[in-house]
Amino acid sequence: MNIRNILDNLKKPFNKGEKWEKFAPAFNAFDTFLFVPNHTTKHGAHVRDAVDLKRTMITVIIALLPALFYGIFNTGFQYYSQLGTDYNTMDIIVHGSMKILPMIAVSYIVGLTIEFAFAVYRGHEINEGYLVTGLLIPMIMPVDIPLWMVGLSVAFAVFIGKEAFGGTGMNILNPALTARAFAFFAYPTYMSGNQVWVSEASNIDGVSGETILGMLASGSNSIPYEPMQMFIGSIPGSIAETSTLMVIVGALILVYTGVGSWRIMVGSVIGAAVTGLLFNLWGANELMSFNWINHLMVGGFAFGVVFMATDPVSAAQTVKGKWIYGILVGLFCILIRVFNPAYPEGVMLAILLMNVFAPTIDHYVVEANVNRRIKRSLKTVKTA
Amino acid sequence: MSKDIKIKCGLTINLKGAAENIVKKAALPKSISLNPADFHLITPKMAVKIGDHVNAGDVVFYSKKNQEVKFCSPVSGNVKDIVRGEKRKIIEIIIDVDSFQKSKKFKTYKFENFKREDIITSLLESGCWPFINQRPYDIIANPSDTPKSIFISTFNTAPISADIQIILDDQKNEFTTGIKVLRKLTDGELNICVEKDNQTFINEINDVVIHNVSGPHPSGNVGVQIHHIDPINNGEKVWTVNPEDVAIIGRLFLTGNYTPLRTISVSGPPVKYPQYYKTIAGSKLSEIINDSVVNDDLLRFINGDVLTGKTVGKDSYLGFYNNSFSVLREGNHHKLFGWVPFINNKVPSIYKTSFSWLFPNKKYDLDTNMNGEERAFVVTGEMEKVFPMDILPMQLLKECMIGDIEKMENLGIYEVAPEDFSLIDYSSSSKIEAQFIIRKGLDLMISEVG
Repeated sequence: MNIRNILDNLKKPFNKGEKWEKFAPAFNAFDTFLFVPNHTTKHGAHVRDAVDLKRTMITVIIALLPALFYGIFNTGFQYYSQLGTDYNTMDIIVHGSMKILPMIAVSYIVGLTIEFAFAVYRGHEINEGYLVTGLLIPMIMPVDIPLWMVGLSVAFAVFIGKEAFGGTGMNILNPALTARAFAFFAYPTYMSGNQVWVSEASNIDGVSGETILGMLASGSNSIPYEPMQMFIGSIPGSIAETSTLMVIVGALILVYTGVGSWRIMVGSVIGAAVTGLLFNLWGANELMSFNWINHLMVGGFAFGVVFMATDPVSAAQTVKGKWIYGILVGLFCILIRVFNPAYPEGVMLAILLMNVFAPTIDHYVVEANVNRRIKRSLKTVKTA
Repeated sequence: MSKDIKIKCGLTINLKGAAENIVKKAALPKSISLNPADFHLITPKMAVKIGDHVNAGDVVFYSKKNQEVKFCSPVSGNVKDIVRGEKRKIIEIIIDVDSFQKSKKFKTYKFENFKREDIITSLLESGCWPFINQRPYDIIANPSDTPKSIFISTFNTAPISADIQIILDDQKNEFTTGIKVLRKLTDGELNICVEKDNQTFINEINDVVIHNVSGPHPSGNVGVQIHHIDPINNGEKVWTVNPEDVAIIGRLFLTGNYTPLRTISVSGPPVKYPQYYKTIAGSKLSEIINDSVVNDDLLRFINGDVLTGKTVGKDSYLGFYNNSFSVLREGNHHKLFGWVPFINNKVPSIYKTSFSWLFPNKKYDLDTNMNGEERAFVVTGEMEKVFPMDILPMQLLKECMIGDIEKMENLGIYEVAPEDFSLIDYSSSSKIEAQFIIRKGLDLMISEVG
């Protein structure tokens, strides 16, 4: 008996009219994870593209992996290199994994449980969006955040950020950033300051873990890191956002496969670069005179614009809208960094802000399209 | 006069089993069928009873709403059966074909002197009117309308569809005559779209505007061509005629007979001898193509092409408008971890999540598997890649689902037909049934706006 037959037998109680019919979405989630279903086309085109939502979401996860692996490495590296004791690569990886893998597990368990519950309650199939969200949330948290806070943030993001609006495809804000923003405002001592960015920094005296943006915001202009370190990512920060290099690898995967919007990414970089350049010319404080190229490499900017701003549900949906949305994300990110020392990193708030304005941007793009059509019809009436 | 149109967005799907350039003459079928469902939104009012004898060109049924619009028998024979379904809805009218064919004669002699009204009367009387379709709504034209222009697309870009040049090869005179007839129906332009760099007899026709169109599918769709050449504004009507139907109209005016001959392509990966057959509209398919199709229960038979056609049984009849018949394998099988990217290159994709894009000339053997399940609208920007019009496809689809007539109108519902959304059906990662949604939207517009 092969796996397929075993599954079909197990599935029987979930079929229509059977006792566990209500829980069919939960079973189907496992079934369709193992097998692409045997459904054939009913209406419309008789043949269909190989791509489905599972495949696009898995592609995003593949794009996230380089940054995740580097994040695990950097967590251990920051810890041991500041501790000053002897260490080897294995120690680094073990320390990083011990910190991060439990966070990922908590995120998936809490998030998927809620998703399954809502799917059963609403009677629809489980959408794959959470596979990405569930991995993103731990990747953008400070490493020392307690696991229960991860769980609570996930629950908030899925309940309030997503399901309250009707579930996958309906949410206004990016769920992963909603989780981070929740933790950021609910537990600020765990989410900002000088002591949270390197593993166990608050417990061990010798370790300090200020981020570059934090240093600049507090008025210090002597940055102990080279631009190359900022690019490679061997600097303190949230778990997986430090390495611009790994984020670029992910971005290339997204753009090459066509899954992520290159317009948003390019737009954001243009927006941030131009804003950064203008502030360089002004140069009234440390963050203003911080080289615009470095602005693109430090903090969560690169990670944010590649993996969060491109979330198709919460971003602008029209082609032109994506350009405007991207440019404004970049612009607001640098603006918040420079003008608001309470939030040395602006990318989270910039993306959330633009999430809220994305429908407005789309509205004007759609209106422009409608007006073109109306204008065209008026023109023909005149000439006729 | 000729102009160039270049279509940039779209997708050409290469399938195995395209019909070869062999035209086989099929024997006169034993029975033919007229299927009212081929004529969208037409409610038939029968003109014959079971057992009646009809000649080719005799009326079989009228449109209940507009009795001027007649549907005539393509052959002479006896009405064998009128198949009815629920609520006595007429499903099919089956006519046993006489071995010796007789035709009703129509007065079309010296049509060059005909006025527009005379042409319309001849078309209505002879059953040729249903060949004239209108945009908006993609339905049979209303004879009392005056279109601002007429469009004829003379090439197909859909996968393994019929090659119009092969179909028209022995009907050049009929086609040219048909164009002369249609020329009298509009004061505007008569636009013929041809494939760029493919000079044929069509380029020589006078008194029409020839447009050289290039690009991937759907550049052959008449709706896309209208959008780029003479877009339909609120309240305007454009008429379209299929090129092979132009030849039928031409034949009517040359001979006075209604003879809807059809050259159909029989194609698809499981077809043993993909080729063309010469037959008559409504013929019983199994009589014609038995030798070329593999005998297998797990096949899907499609009246039309694989993107827009209608599923039919193996024993059914050729549709009224079809110039192609496609066969696919049913895809009712599970695929272990079939969603994993980069391992399965058997299906072409608009995404580069398989390596299929590395082989642009590879021919694929697709089946009818959905390759996934329907999901919420998530990914944006993918519809625009295969929709070459200045219309926002996702926004329009959403308004059609809601049924907001004003917004549908603003977003360009008058310019689209379901077939223009067939590639969105194909490429949607959320497996949205776009053609189905648009057809429902158009029907809503017809009932609310008219």
